[in-house]
Amino acid sequence: MALRAILLVLLVAVLAAVPLFAASSQTFLAIVFAKSVAVLGLLLLLQAGQVSFGHGMFFATGAYTVAFLGRSMGGGDLALLLAASVVTSAVLGLLVGLFVVRYRYIFFGMLNLAFSMVLYSILEKFFHLTGGSDGLRIRRPTAFGFTFDRAQFDMVLYYSTFAMAFLAAYLVWRYLRSPLGQALKAIKTNETRLEYIGLSARFVMLVGYVISAVLCGVGGAFLGVIQGIATPEYSYWTRSAEFVFIAILGGVGHVAGALTGTFVYEAVRTYAAAFVADSWQMILGFVLLAIILKAPSGIVGLVEGFTARRRKAEASALTVEAAR
Amino acid sequence: MSFDTIVLAVCDGVAYASLVFLVAVGLTFIFGVLGVLNIAHGSFYALGAYTAVSAGIFLTKAGFSPWLTFPALFVAAIFIGAVLGGLMEKLLLQRIYDKEQVLQILVTFAIFMILENVQRLIWGVQPYFMSEPLQLLGNISLFGISYTAYQTLFLPALAVIVLLGLRYFLRHTAAGAQILAVTEDREAASAIGIDAQKVYFVTFIAGATLAALGGALAAPTTSLMPGMGAEMIVLSFAVAATAGLGQIEGAAVAALMIGLGRSLAVYLAPEFEVLVPYILMVGVLIFRPSGLFGAPQLRKI
Amino acid sequence: MSEASHPILLQARGLEIRFGGVIAANGIDLDVRGGENLAIIGPNGAGKTTFLNICTGYLRPKAGTVRFEGKEITAQPPRDITRLGIARAFQIPQLFSDHTVLENMLLAAASRQRRFNLLQPLGRIAEKDEMLELLDLVGCAGDRDKRAGDLPEGHRKLVDIAVALALKPKLLLMDEPTSGVASADKFEVMEILVSALAKAKVASVFVEHDMDMVQRYAGRVAVWSAGKIQRLGPPSEVLEDPEVIRTVIGV
Repeated sequence: MALRAILLVLLVAVLAAVPLFAASSQTFLAIVFAKSVAVLGLLLLLQAGQVSFGHGMFFATGAYTVAFLGRSMGGGDLALLLAASVVTSAVLGLLVGLFVVRYRYIFFGMLNLAFSMVLYSILEKFFHLTGGSDGLRIRRPTAFGFTFDRAQFDMVLYYSTFAMAFLAAYLVWRYLRSPLGQALKAIKTNETRLEYIGLSARFVMLVGYVISAVLCGVGGAFLGVIQGIATPEYSYWTRSAEFVFIAILGGVGHVAGALTGTFVYEAVRTYAAAFVADSWQMILGFVLLAIILKAPSGIVGLVEGFTARRRKAEASALTVEAAR
Repeated sequence: MSFDTIVLAVCDGVAYASLVFLVAVGLTFIFGVLGVLNIAHGSFYALGAYTAVSAGIFLTKAGFSPWLTFPALFVAAIFIGAVLGGLMEKLLLQRIYDKEQVLQILVTFAIFMILENVQRLIWGVQPYFMSEPLQLLGNISLFGISYTAYQTLFLPALAVIVLLGLRYFLRHTAAGAQILAVTEDREAASAIGIDAQKVYFVTFIAGATLAALGGALAAPTTSLMPGMGAEMIVLSFAVAATAGLGQIEGAAVAALMIGLGRSLAVYLAPEFEVLVPYILMVGVLIFRPSGLFGAPQLRKI
Repeated sequence: MSEASHPILLQARGLEIRFGGVIAANGIDLDVRGGENLAIIGPNGAGKTTFLNICTGYLRPKAGTVRFEGKEITAQPPRDITRLGIARAFQIPQLFSDHTVLENMLLAAASRQRRFNLLQPLGRIAEKDEMLELLDLVGCAGDRDKRAGDLPEGHRKLVDIAVALALKPKLLLMDEPTSGVASADKFEVMEILVSALAKAKVASVFVEHDMDMVQRYAGRVAVWSAGKIQRLGPPSEVLEDPEVIRTVIGV
């Protein structure tokens, strides 16, 4: 436990110093942080044994909220834009959630997909409002009341996404340990008993669903600001699939899986995609199959399994010692 | 809205419903027997379409009679269904029947990702089109409106044949009885000597072939583009869910409902074309959570 | 009987339900009074579990009503009925198999007290000691940190009952509470359970196949037969009835 705490502090210290020694990777890491927040949302649902192929809709909601509000305010302020995207994604999460939490497994996954396709086609078809498939440009907002130039703003974005990624991971970790978070995991094992201790499984799911929607909304808002644009692609199924993929890759058993998975995924994509751009999705598919069939607990699970085995090996070595 | 428009919309709707029905009935049939909802089903649809068009183009270029494009549609569908469907069931699905549901979903989803990519690698992103079968059958006149015979007669007739054939097969043949027995209780069926593994295999191939057939038959009526598989899996799921998963006759009713609703939207409010199927599905599911013809399942406690 | 003076807690009237051709309830009338222990016996398929399912809202009867403390609860969702004070233990234990035994108990307690603070850990709620005592009572204190899914059948059964008790119900419905429990321990378990129920003034209805248990712990016995109550009364009378001996006890 102590070792973990030290490693965590070290990690945070190194990441905090990135703009000083590796400013060129600032934007890359900001994207990783932003996406990891959205991945946390998927991780949450996977803990309940549920998978959504449509959370891109909340990602797009966050980004388009920033685009619309920013446009009407001539830029707006980062803090306000984020707060607004929390509100819109929570409202949409509640509306869609009230319907989809009645379903589980394939129904849950496909209904989410259907809703995201609806949003995608609205964003694409109503181009006089949404800019169609070109999307909406997002101008650089002020941040917390101050105006920054491009380079400064990149640093502000870096620290904002960094703080948000760790804050979100911490809050989700707390939530998953709380009674309602534990009840969310119980959805996977026994909904009947959940009802028979007086808890509504739908209510438990709805709370988790709205939280997951907000996480995706915040992630989308940040990515929109980073990339300076919101496009319908944000709500396309490939985007939702990417989040699911990353969550499984990182491992759904622990909140650390979201950041770990996103980092590995984005790093590989940035450096490898140039060579395999045409078959990227196919590679993802094969890796997903391999993880599911061979290592369902993901990267974090593999690391934990490795340390556990080592500890076991050490313990047995000790008993052998003692036996002598 | 004029009478002509209504006739046009109905013709469109019925033709479209016939295609969607073929795909959806394959999806719901597989789910009914295997308990797996195959997300890659949409890819079978797309690959069936592309393969049919490629075969058709090859035949016409090689100078064969354009009438040969008709059997080519069916050969392409059976080829995709048997080879890809067969491989998928044997190599992957057989390993996951007793795993957690969420893992089953993810496995078929991974295959979907792979097949979507394979399709783009082979056929690229430019649209494909093959109108021979459509032109060969000519037009017929309905209430003064001229419409292709392919869409007003051929497609609906085929859909009806599939529906009746499937009903007859399941209720009146020995093989159909075996499938129903495995659906009812796999263990009990195995105990009386039915080879459940084979039933799963055959059912999956049959379902996959229906999806590929839907695609092959759709090819003459639409241009093929990447993303058609994704759209079709959601649409056929909407049909299957509206009917109630596993309901074969119900899928026909739901396909007709959604097909007609969609084509009316095309003429009345084109922006809503894509939305209509989902509005109908959500509307039905709010009042009947298990679909129009489905019954809720209670766990024994 | 002293319980006769107690108010009626649960009142079932004219319950009817059928599954396909099987009639599982065919006009069931039954009153359960505060503080009593009522046993339900009868052959398999007579509709005993179905009765519990109807009373807790899991099944909606085709006809008839269920009232609890005078309030109609027919076909209300199980969670609402649970919150009114009817807890249930199951024939096949229903536990959160990925959670530890203690977490199972704490979830029940958190639900009872509506502890929905999203940032407070489940492991630190105020009812923890109370839950540990309950686990101790059913003899499963040693299992507290084991995964519920890893427990042997008998212990799962006991934890299932403890989860129901954690809800502090007014009425406890138990479906074969001691099946799966080693026969040497059966009486001890039931002894503890019955005295705990008496102390907390909780009434109970339990489905039971072991006639010695019924004889010893039930105040009244209801004999189920093909969806009907064939006989109702104190065990000393009912278990001597030749008809009951022939159809149920099977001697």
